[in-house]
Amino acid sequence: MKAGFRGNLVGTWLAALVALLQSWPAAPYAAEVPVVAAASDLQYVLVEVSETFTRDTGRAVKLSMGSSGNFTRQIMQGAPFELFFSADEGYVTELAGRGLTQDAGALYAVGRLALFVPRGSAVKADAQLHDLAASLADGRLRKLAIANPEHAPYGRAARQTLEKAGIWEKLQGRLVMGENVSQAAQFVATGSVEAALIAYSLAISGPMAGRGAYVLVPEEWHRPLRQRMVLLQGAGATARAFYAFVQLRSARAVFERHGFSLPR
Amino acid sequence: MDWSSLRLSLELALWTALLLLPLGMVAGRELAWRRFAGRAWVEALVALPLVLPPTVLGYYLLVAFGGSSAPGQVYQALVGRPLAFSFQGLLLASLIFNLPFAVQPMQRAFEAIPQDVREAAWVSGLTRWRAFLRVELPLAWPGVVSSLVLTAAHTVGEFGVVLMIGGNIPGETRTISIAIYDRVQAFDEGAAASMSALLLGLSLFAIAVVYLLAGRGRPR
Repeated sequence: MKAGFRGNLVGTWLAALVALLQSWPAAPYAAEVPVVAAASDLQYVLVEVSETFTRDTGRAVKLSMGSSGNFTRQIMQGAPFELFFSADEGYVTELAGRGLTQDAGALYAVGRLALFVPRGSAVKADAQLHDLAASLADGRLRKLAIANPEHAPYGRAARQTLEKAGIWEKLQGRLVMGENVSQAAQFVATGSVEAALIAYSLAISGPMAGRGAYVLVPEEWHRPLRQRMVLLQGAGATARAFYAFVQLRSARAVFERHGFSLPR
Repeated sequence: MDWSSLRLSLELALWTALLLLPLGMVAGRELAWRRFAGRAWVEALVALPLVLPPTVLGYYLLVAFGGSSAPGQVYQALVGRPLAFSFQGLLLASLIFNLPFAVQPMQRAFEAIPQDVREAAWVSGLTRWRAFLRVELPLAWPGVVSSLVLTAAHTVGEFGVVLMIGGNIPGETRTISIAIYDRVQAFDEGAAASMSALLLGLSLFAIAVVYLLAGRGRPR
């Protein structure tokens, strides 16, 4: 084959690729079903609230769960989410500062941190983390799971709590970090670690029932997990309706039942 | 079982395999028979996704696809939609990380065609195109099928790149391997188990097909 012929083939291929991408049907999310990005401590509560929303209004939202930090990064890169439920208001403030949101958003819940120990663990769950510290000293605690403090708000709260308890430094090398708080819960639910600091909302959730014991850690040991939601640029009518729906008394009651405090 | 994720993965696999087929065929044939300066570099570039961590590719794509980057803007001007966090973005990423799976089996297949067979085709007066269609392709077809199957299977299984540039959007970028991760985190063991079993079967089937074809090419 002559060089020109080969060049033509590659050129034709590229042209075909561009034509294909151009003619691709518009993304399904552009239709009436907005994609909602939500912190993974909302795994269960938001599924319940969105089902009620669909039943009441006939509209639907798609939920994408993950860590607030990663979503923030993705939104900055142009991810097509319409509504963002952050587990930490700092991320919302940051997005608002960049002009990526419609306003400053609204506080919808305050999260609590819990110590969870799986069934059969050598560690006892007490609110002051006394046995956690003791088990660290005597070697009963091999691994403790937390969410990654770098980009997961519950991980940051866990770090502050462990610092307050004076055992953060000693824990180095024994920490297992989940990509988000849901993964940390996964590690402890399977008994792969002796204990974990996870969202209270996950600790009391159905799938964790019977898998171990939990206790709330003192609220004042970490900065409050003030969870803020915000409508992003390009949010449509359904996203707005869901945003309003979450602030109704009925939806707030669901949040409370799932272990969240309500903002005053 | 998350059917929309399965459908999405299969669509992605199909398009990737079909689009890479002609490119892989040309590249595989050239690399098999032509000696040119920088050939080793071209081969290295094609093989690169085999050893490159998916996160490295994911990182570069995330930066390149972003709306503020030059490639991202060129794409948006050309196609009229942003590339990041879309099915098309996954497709482009798929085309890149599947390059070795598309090219290498075909390269091996063309390499296995003896020189005298090709010469015989030329002296019998066949045009290049007819020689390609009537002589080379029939001999190389196990490689062509292997390339299609491997590309498709690998696309269905890709996780790291998709997680980084996809954003886990249901019906748009949540492929089945992402859906499994998602279901595990949601403690939905049933769905995770059934989807994992399906992928296990699919992968085994794909590999079996490849080995079956490789066995046919071998002298008995």
